[in-house]
Amino acid sequence: MLCDVCKCNDATVFLTQILDGKMHKVNLCDACSKEKGVQDPTAFALADLLHGIGAAEEIEKGASSQKCPVCGFTQADFKKTGRLGCSACYVTFAEGLGSLLKAMHKGTEHVGKLPERAHREMELGDRMRTLTEDLEKAVAEENYEGAAALRDQIKQLKHEKTASG
Amino acid sequence: MKFSNVIATGGEWLRGEGPHHQIVISSRVRLARNLRQRAFPGWAKKAERMQILELIKPRVEELPEMQDSFSELLQDLSALEKQVLVERHLISREHAAKSMGSAVIMNRRQTLSIMVNEEDHLRMQSIRSGLQLKSAFKLVDKVDSTLESKLDFAYDQHLGYLTACPTNVGTGMRASAMLHLPGLVLSEMINQVIQAVNKIGLAVRGLYGEGTEAMGNLFQISNQTTLGEKEDEIISRLSKVIETIIEKEHDARQMLIQKKSNTLWDQIGRAYGVLTFAHAMTSKEALNLLSVIKLGVDLGAFPEDRRLPIDELFIDTQPAHLQKSSQQKLNAEERDHLRAQIIRERLRVFPKPDISKVARDSENGSIREPQNNE
Ligand SMILES: [Zn+2]
Ligand SMILES: [Zn+2]
Repeated sequence: MLCDVCKCNDATVFLTQILDGKMHKVNLCDACSKEKGVQDPTAFALADLLHGIGAAEEIEKGASSQKCPVCGFTQADFKKTGRLGCSACYVTFAEGLGSLLKAMHKGTEHVGKLPERAHREMELGDRMRTLTEDLEKAVAEENYEGAAALRDQIKQLKHEKTASG
Repeated sequence: MKFSNVIATGGEWLRGEGPHHQIVISSRVRLARNLRQRAFPGWAKKAERMQILELIKPRVEELPEMQDSFSELLQDLSALEKQVLVERHLISREHAAKSMGSAVIMNRRQTLSIMVNEEDHLRMQSIRSGLQLKSAFKLVDKVDSTLESKLDFAYDQHLGYLTACPTNVGTGMRASAMLHLPGLVLSEMINQVIQAVNKIGLAVRGLYGEGTEAMGNLFQISNQTTLGEKEDEIISRLSKVIETIIEKEHDARQMLIQKKSNTLWDQIGRAYGVLTFAHAMTSKEALNLLSVIKLGVDLGAFPEDRRLPIDELFIDTQPAHLQKSSQQKLNAEERDHLRAQIIRERLRVFPKPDISKVARDSENGSIREPQNNE
């Protein structure tokens, strides 16, 4: 049986663990078990290893020759480490990562903490959308006075956005 | 603050005063954060890691929570000092392997430690005694909010906080508690509990070793997923499960007292005998025997004021702490001798186990049978 990580040496270490109610088996060669820290149970997380292996395969299904424009990371690098290169990699490899994240987590959308900055941007975005809609309506109704006032407000909001961002 | 101060004063969590501290040793909450448009530490070249460190470290040091802090570059710490921090759970084993371009900053009370350029640019961790996941989260959450106003964190509207490993994306939060479960191990119910907990998406692993092989009967339970659930939901779900485990551990202990008392007193007596008289002891043997004595204190076989010396020995007999206290590097054999010596000295004034003082749970007259159908 071949090692699940390098896929070239014979596996000598066999691990089983139940994760999320499913039985997972991993077979590793001597070198990979050492590299992944299996010899040292305190440092070893089978979950991470499993996810790493699965992740590489998922990403492989996506575009195979893509390179992250920000950090130069490729899917081959991901296969080696199970880690990404930078935050922009999440966009570059979005296709392959999507199904991986779905399998890995409870949901696919973040519902937790929102940084203040993102929160503010979202609010400004919402206000901008409302104003733009109102403006279109005013123009359609030939309410030129109202439209002028709305244009001023939009201008003001754009100014706020650049000042804060 | 110097490293010698860190060593001299045990962290607050070591004193064990939190809720349920008999069974829950400590609660930890860790947040992972990264800077936007910057390579993660594992992928960044040395020069970029240094730049990132320059950006982050001063911002962390100026936190109000970090006044009078210990702040050190990893390359300025010896291997032994790093290992001491690992044994106190103040840095991860992975971080201890780092050198140029990484740092650790922690407060005097050792309730907050921040790693720069571990697997992520920032790993902020709060650690408290007993079951206090909520207050641990509150502290790191506050620190995160302060830092976020000064640093541009990588955040995506749909995926949340972006991390080097996809397993942490979303909240970037890992909440965990360290549990002492000798009752469940001795009554051979631990694997059942582990499987039940795994089924609901939480991870349990032996702190040192796996399953029933866990050294010192210490287990760590943590959330497995970070995307699609709110921080406080994750924490309250985890807290509830831990409360259930605490109940099961109590049940198991009462069952042992009622039905396997001979085995129980034999274990406590043997642990006492070996710890009091042995002249060589491995770290594994020490942890396992200390665990039994700790159980003895919980059950009342030893006086309550003996709790702290035993809790301290769990940490002080770890390899790096031993060598730090002896001011020299020791080989395994020398460590085993020194470990036994320290334990003998601390137990010299320790009274013999008194099983007549053991509190029996007699509230409802009978003991609930542990359930096997989970
Ligand atoms: Zn291999
Ligand atoms: Zn990238």
